[in-house]
Amino acid sequence: MISIQNLSFSYRKNKPLFEHLNLQLEAGHIYGLLGKNGAGKSSLLKHMAGLLFPQQGHCKVMGFEARYRQPAFLQNLFMVPEEFYLPQVHIKSYVTTYAPFYPNFDRKAFHNYLEEFHIPVDQRLTEMSYGQKKKVLISFGLAANTKALILDEPTNGLDIPSKSQFRKVIAAAVSDEKCIVISTHQVRDLDNLIDSIVIIDDHKIIFRQNVETVTDRLCFKNVTNIAEVENVLFADSSIRGHAVITQNGGSEHSRIDMELLFNAVLEKRDSISQIFN
Amino acid sequence: MEFKESQAIYLQIADHMCEQILLDKWKTEDRIPSVRELAVQLEVNPNTVMRTCEYMQQYEIIYNKRGIGYFVAPNAGKKIKQLKKERFLANELPQFFRNIYLLDIELDELKGHYEKYKKSHFR
Repeated sequence: MISIQNLSFSYRKNKPLFEHLNLQLEAGHIYGLLGKNGAGKSSLLKHMAGLLFPQQGHCKVMGFEARYRQPAFLQNLFMVPEEFYLPQVHIKSYVTTYAPFYPNFDRKAFHNYLEEFHIPVDQRLTEMSYGQKKKVLISFGLAANTKALILDEPTNGLDIPSKSQFRKVIAAAVSDEKCIVISTHQVRDLDNLIDSIVIIDDHKIIFRQNVETVTDRLCFKNVTNIAEVENVLFADSSIRGHAVITQNGGSEHSRIDMELLFNAVLEKRDSISQIFN
Repeated sequence: MEFKESQAIYLQIADHMCEQILLDKWKTEDRIPSVRELAVQLEVNPNTVMRTCEYMQQYEIIYNKRGIGYFVAPNAGKKIKQLKKERFLANELPQFFRNIYLLDIELDELKGHYEKYKKSHFR
């Protein structure tokens, strides 16, 4: 679905953001893109959407070179950026103007999503709060029924009840034909939705595994006495005890802790990647 | 549904689904909610629910009618108990043994406690 080959990009000379970056994403999955501030998460998503151009290499989505922004490509990709602009109109006229660009747009689904999010339909977009606008945009993006859906920090700015609503609408939107890419810092908001983890650091993709493979090979647990645990790969200690990652002998079924995994991959990249190769 | 910290989500969903069967909310030969419905209700990835269903099918608690969905198998309650017993013996019992070993408690000593417990709770 999304194929990035040998991508190099920099905003400024001698300060590369991506160097020979490779990444393959398939339909039927929800990818969680994780990375530190400034690692290039948003820039990578913008490449996928054709909003930034590779200086070297290719970014292909559904076979289209994203940078050429061909109509057949744009019809089948929707991106909800972190910062966005919405015109000073009512929701109704927004849909009348923009929905025709997406042949699979589902008006009924759009209104269901708005209802789920408790968005009043008779308001002007500019009279809404940031969180409300974001919910309109997320609803629009889901209703557009595109093959690729890219969400940059979607839960930022959402209040507590809407995070649960967000998870429900995303769970409903997954299908075998769709590829959903979500960048996030708040992994705990989404850790039951994401089925594959992509970590970007140091100008490239340093980790890309599905959650099932991760929990097959690694074990996540909380212990009070770290000395009792064998083969500790990574530990995060606090007053509540120690959150540890150990190698999984193959029989344990633990729940993934994405924050812990992220820290482990950044700090112990070599020993972690050895386990997955 | 509130998920616990440590156990794999697909197994927690299996527990939740088994509970529906044991509580008779889902009856034998009933069609259970679809993978998508469960995913939305539980706010998880449909692939995770799919894994739960495959797992429960493997233990013959539910079965699949192609194109229609999953159904509660005959004898599902019995199968669930068997599965729970297996998991208890593999996971909780070693922990329990460890505790009584560390506390110098002999198994014989516990017998009386167990009988008393059964009397006060189940008779």
